[in-house]
Amino acid sequence: MAAKFLPTNQLASWLAELSGQYRTLVPRREGDAVVFRPFEEAFAPELGVRPTMSTKASVFPKCEPLMTFKYEKDEEDPGKVMVDVTERRDDAPAVVVGGRPCDVAGFFTFDRVYNTEKIKDLNYLARRENTFFVSLACEQPATTCFCNWVGGGPADTKGADVLMVPVSGGWLMEPVTDKGGELVASLEDGKAKEAEAQAVKDKANAAIGDAVDVSAAQDKLLALFDDAAFWEAQSSKCISCGTCTYLCPTCYCFNITDEKFGMEGVRMRTWDNCMSALFTMEASGHNPRPTKAHRLKNRVGHKFSYYPSLHDGNIACVGCGRCIKSCPVSVDIRAIVQNAIAAPAPEQEG
Amino acid sequence: MTNASNPYLPAIGTIIETIQETPNIKTFRVVLNKEEDMKNFKFHPGQVGQLSVFGTGESTFVINSPPTRMDYLQFSVMRAGEVTTKLHSLSAGDQIGVRAPLGNWFPYEELKGKDIVFVGGGIGMAPLRTLLLYMLDKREDYGKISVLYGARSPQDMAFQYELPEWLERDDMTTRLTIDVESEGWEHSVGLIPNVLLEMNPSPDNCVAVTCGPPIMIKFTLQALQKLGFQDDQIITTLEKRMKCGVGICGRCNIGNKYVCMDGPVFTYKQLKEIPNEL
Repeated sequence: MAAKFLPTNQLASWLAELSGQYRTLVPRREGDAVVFRPFEEAFAPELGVRPTMSTKASVFPKCEPLMTFKYEKDEEDPGKVMVDVTERRDDAPAVVVGGRPCDVAGFFTFDRVYNTEKIKDLNYLARRENTFFVSLACEQPATTCFCNWVGGGPADTKGADVLMVPVSGGWLMEPVTDKGGELVASLEDGKAKEAEAQAVKDKANAAIGDAVDVSAAQDKLLALFDDAAFWEAQSSKCISCGTCTYLCPTCYCFNITDEKFGMEGVRMRTWDNCMSALFTMEASGHNPRPTKAHRLKNRVGHKFSYYPSLHDGNIACVGCGRCIKSCPVSVDIRAIVQNAIAAPAPEQEG
Repeated sequence: MTNASNPYLPAIGTIIETIQETPNIKTFRVVLNKEEDMKNFKFHPGQVGQLSVFGTGESTFVINSPPTRMDYLQFSVMRAGEVTTKLHSLSAGDQIGVRAPLGNWFPYEELKGKDIVFVGGGIGMAPLRTLLLYMLDKREDYGKISVLYGARSPQDMAFQYELPEWLERDDMTTRLTIDVESEGWEHSVGLIPNVLLEMNPSPDNCVAVTCGPPIMIKFTLQALQKLGFQDDQIITTLEKRMKCGVGICGRCNIGNKYVCMDGPVFTYKQLKEIPNEL
C-alpha cells in the first residue's frame, strides 16, 4: 500500500475526520502528564514527547462493567426475590493515534492470555478487534527505553495499522494493514518523503544501541526464587506504590467487584496490581506474598520467567521503560533482571 | 463451564436448603434455575465454583456433593470475609450466581483399585467429602477406604448428619477426633497427625488424600512420610484468593502454575516441584 503524507497543518482536520467515524484517542498534555483522551479540536495532540500513559486503556479500560444485575420481587410472592444478569460489552470502533510501537506490542502479551482456545475474554476481544492503531515511530529513544532487548524496535510496525514517521513538515503515514490503508486513504501521496522517513527510522534504530540478551533470566529468576536476601536487596527501595503496574502496557491483572444501588448494580472489572499487599491477601488473613520482596519477585518473575515459560519464550515486557521513568524511587527492572542473570547460582539444598 | 461463551457470566441458581454445620460453617444446596443447565452440568470430584452474591461479590468454594448425586450442588462456606458473611445471611429461596465447574480434580480414575486414606481437618473435610461420596457410590472400584476427620471441638465438626452412617458402614473405617477432651465425646481425642500415626495405615497400594489448615497439613505430611507414604501417594487441594477462576486475573499463581486452572488438586510430588509460595 502506498505511503501517504500528513502535513502538520492538516493533522487536526484529519483527526476530526476520523472522529466522525471512530472514537479517536490522542495524546493530550494534562499538567505534567501526557495521557490519551478523545480528540477535541480545542486541544492540540501532544506528539512531541512519549506519553506518560501507554495505550493500554484503549482496549483494557481501567474500569469497565462486565455485567449488570437486578433483583426483582415476585409480585405474587413478595418474599421471593429473583435476580437477573445482563452482559455488558463495548465494541464501538476506536482509533488510537500517537501511541508508540512498544505500546501496541503490549497487546500481544494480553492476547496470549485473554484469547486462548479454552478461554475467550469477550469484553477484551470486542475492543481488541475494533480498536485500530496509528503508531508514532520514536525518533530518539529515551535513556529508559529498552524495547530492542525484548524483541521490539523504535519503528516497529507489529500490531500497528499505520506507522507514522516524523518528517519535515509533517508525518509519513505508512499503512501496515488494509484497515490502516483505509484510515489514511484521504491523505496526499507520500512518495517524496519516503527516503527521509527511512533515514529517521535508521537513526532511531542506531540510537537505541545494542540489545542485552535477557533470555537467561527465565531459568535464573526461578533458581533465585528462594533467595530471600537477593529479593530483599532488589526491593529495598520499592515503596509498593504500584505505579509501575498501572503504566505498564503489558500488566493485565484485574480485580472484580460489585457495586449495588438499591435493587440493581454492576459487576466491574478494574486494573489491579501485584505490588499491593492486598492483591493476594486471603479472607483468613493468610498472605502468600506478605512482603514487598515477595511481590517484586512475582512481578519481575512473571514478566521474565513464568510468562515466557508458558508462552513460547515471549517476555511479558515491551521495554517501554515507563516503570523506570515514573518510579518515584527509581527501581529499574533492567537492573533487577541483569542482577539475577549475574547472581551466583544458589546452593542446592541437602 | 456453565456458560461456555463468557467465562465471567454466572448461571443463576436457587438455594434449596441450608444447613448450619458449625457455628461458622454453613452449607448451601443449590439448584441452577435453568433446567437444562442443571441437566447438562458435568463436573469431577474436587472441582470448585465461584459463588456470587450480586452486590457483594464472588468467592471460590469446592463443590462438595459428588457428581453421582446431582439433585443439587452442595457448597460449604466458612464465614471469613465479606462474601462469606453475606452468604451466611441467605436461606432457602434466595438466588445466587454460580460459575462452575472450575479447576482440576482428584485423579479418581487413576485411584481405582487402590486403598484410600482420607485425612481432613475442619472445613478441609469439604473437598474430601466429594471424593469420598463418589467412591462410596462406586464402592467396588476402590480398595479399603479409611477416613480420619478432626476438628477443634465436637461443635466444629461438619457433616454430622452423615457421620453416623460413615461410622456404621462396614465397607469403610471412620475415625473422628477432637483436639481436647469434651463432655459426651465418645471418639478420639488428639491432634490429627498423632491419631493418623495410631491408625497406622499401610502405604502399600494406598493413596492419602488430605486437606485442612496449613499447620495440620504440615504435620500430617510428616506423619504420612513416617508411615512410608511417598510424595506421589499424597494428594491435597490448595486454597488461594481467586477472582477470575480462569487463569487470567493473576493473583493465584505460584510461579507459572495457576491454582484456579492447574489446581486446586496437586500431589505432594507436584507441590515440591513448583516454587514455594503457599
